[in-house]
Amino acid sequence: MAEIQLRDVQKHFGPVHVIRDMNLTVADREFVVLLGPSGCGKTTTLRAIAGLESIDSGDILIDGKPVQNLHASDRDIAFVFQLYALYPHLTVYENIAFPLRATGQSKAEVDKAVRTVAGAIGIIHLLKLRPSALSGGDMQRVAIGRALVRRPKALLMDEPIGSLDAKLREGMRVELKRLHLENGSTSIYVTHDQVEAMSLADRIVIMHDGILQQVGTPSEVYLRPANLFVAQFIGSPVMNVTEAKVTENAGETGLQIASENFAMPRELLGMLQQQGAESISLGVRPEGVLLSHDQQPGYRPVEAHLIQPFGPFDIVDLNVGGQTLRARTHTGFVRQPGEKLWARIDPAQAHFFDQKSGTSLGIRLT
Amino acid sequence: MAAVSSRNQRFGRLVAILAIIAVTLVFLSPIYWIASTAFKPRNVATSVPPTVLFQPEVTPFVKLFTKRVQLKQPPTPEVYAAAPWWEKAIYDGGERILKVGNDVQLSQYPNRFLNSLIVSVVSTILAVGMGTITAYGFSRFRIKGEADLLFFILSTRMLPPVVVAIPMFLMYRSFDLTDTHLGLIILYTAFNLSFSVWLMKGFIDEIPKEYEEAALVDGYTRMQAFFKIVLPEAATGIAATAVFCFITAWNEYAFALIMTNRRAQTAPPFIPSQIGSGLPEWTVIAAGTVLFLLPVAIFTFLLRNHLLRGVTFGAIRK
Repeated sequence: MAEIQLRDVQKHFGPVHVIRDMNLTVADREFVVLLGPSGCGKTTTLRAIAGLESIDSGDILIDGKPVQNLHASDRDIAFVFQLYALYPHLTVYENIAFPLRATGQSKAEVDKAVRTVAGAIGIIHLLKLRPSALSGGDMQRVAIGRALVRRPKALLMDEPIGSLDAKLREGMRVELKRLHLENGSTSIYVTHDQVEAMSLADRIVIMHDGILQQVGTPSEVYLRPANLFVAQFIGSPVMNVTEAKVTENAGETGLQIASENFAMPRELLGMLQQQGAESISLGVRPEGVLLSHDQQPGYRPVEAHLIQPFGPFDIVDLNVGGQTLRARTHTGFVRQPGEKLWARIDPAQAHFFDQKSGTSLGIRLT
Repeated sequence: MAAVSSRNQRFGRLVAILAIIAVTLVFLSPIYWIASTAFKPRNVATSVPPTVLFQPEVTPFVKLFTKRVQLKQPPTPEVYAAAPWWEKAIYDGGERILKVGNDVQLSQYPNRFLNSLIVSVVSTILAVGMGTITAYGFSRFRIKGEADLLFFILSTRMLPPVVVAIPMFLMYRSFDLTDTHLGLIILYTAFNLSFSVWLMKGFIDEIPKEYEEAALVDGYTRMQAFFKIVLPEAATGIAATAVFCFITAWNEYAFALIMTNRRAQTAPPFIPSQIGSGLPEWTVIAAGTVLFLLPVAIFTFLLRNHLLRGVTFGAIRK
């Protein structure tokens, strides 16, 4: 098992700059997820680490040793492909044994290793079959078995469960987490699915346009997004982001959204002045928009115009003086569209961003 | 509604089967004709109108494999009685088989047949082998001017080969390649190579590159990945390409006629030219042709599963 480090990595595909100034350290035994929309460079980064893609400049280090000029076969890394890439002409047993055959181990050693790994992932009964006879989930298990059998320095996974159906995906997610806990292999996992990322990762690396946006634990990126992109990429339903103005009226600090003015703690003004941002965007997750049927201090009148029931909660679109804010409520809290309600923005869940650059101003209220 | 459509379907099936039978008959009739001629007595073969029912005999095949001369006088009854059945059949036709001591002198046919086998097999292996490697390169690596190079390769097939027969013959003569196996092998390999590259590129393009990448990260070199992963995956395409190349080389007539005359002559120019003194012996020619058809038939039959998948492979884009 090993530490993986990227230093100032650059990569172009023709005129497209796919990886820009990538710096990242993945600690030994850590499970890191590269998360981002398609085309953000996450898969290219993973392939570059594996040696399937060359880089233009920078260093890739495994256990402190630069490997960017080594062949994929010399990096001692395993890769799980999205479409499994099981060799169709070989049985499951031979597929798993394939990486070991390259090392020239004895038959008995190979057999023992294959059976151990097959036992660990529960596919002993499939060993004699060919990949075409397997279900999607089993193919993925075999692919992971083939990756683990050699006990590689690191395990790289490119959307490994992306092509499974939703239910199976949930099961495999749990299984991957269990396997990681058991094996403790340094893992880098690429996905565009934030749920996968949040549930699996020790740390999430969010990428966009080839640029690393934020690295942090799942709760860090959720609770303290570094910029608007991360704020809106993480979390479902999406965070409300709206233009807002901070006002001061008779000693009361407020946040003006469209025509409505929401009360905020007094220290906000000072913090904003310190940051010197000209115009700000407010970000607030639906659970940070608090609703009430009755008028209360600090609550402003709003109108519900769309209700999406999710089961354990409802998502309600509110009309705030022409602007839409989404709120998360108890199931059935808002009975019908058109209902008049009162809303407040929870200062502790409010995020403030520089409207121009999109970066977080780092303001945390209580 | 369902009943009507199923009746329509049954009718459509019937029409399809009848059409298939009709087409098959059209294609098989020349083969039936040549095969039946190979077993006809000499006078029956040329009778007009053609005879459909006759007593089949294998004399044409005996003639095909032996050297014979006209009998000046009939053999003595003892000699005739001592002769095996196939020699008697030759005596009956007014000829005798040439012998050295007691050994029958073989005709040139087995030798020409062997020449055909050598030239076709070797040129097929070369064309398919080089074609596969070239196609792999084109398919997997970024190559400058790839489209132009591929077009250039294809352009070697854009003129009828006979057009270059004379210059080729002169070149071959100055290189001492006329009437050599090597000469024909080079020629047929060159014929088939462009075809092989294009066909194999189509097949290899269809093999997901993830298979090799998986092998690469699993600790194999690209060469090993090529042999262990790409070749088995491309088996269908290789089989289809090999059949087409083999058929082309096996049936080639014009260059074989021009470039060879004795040592390296293949069967196609030999069969019509060498058999029979005086009038052409149609039955013997037919016998030579029937045997000549067999290797291709066997080769195709052995690879039929690959071939069926092969010719339709890549027809449907995912």
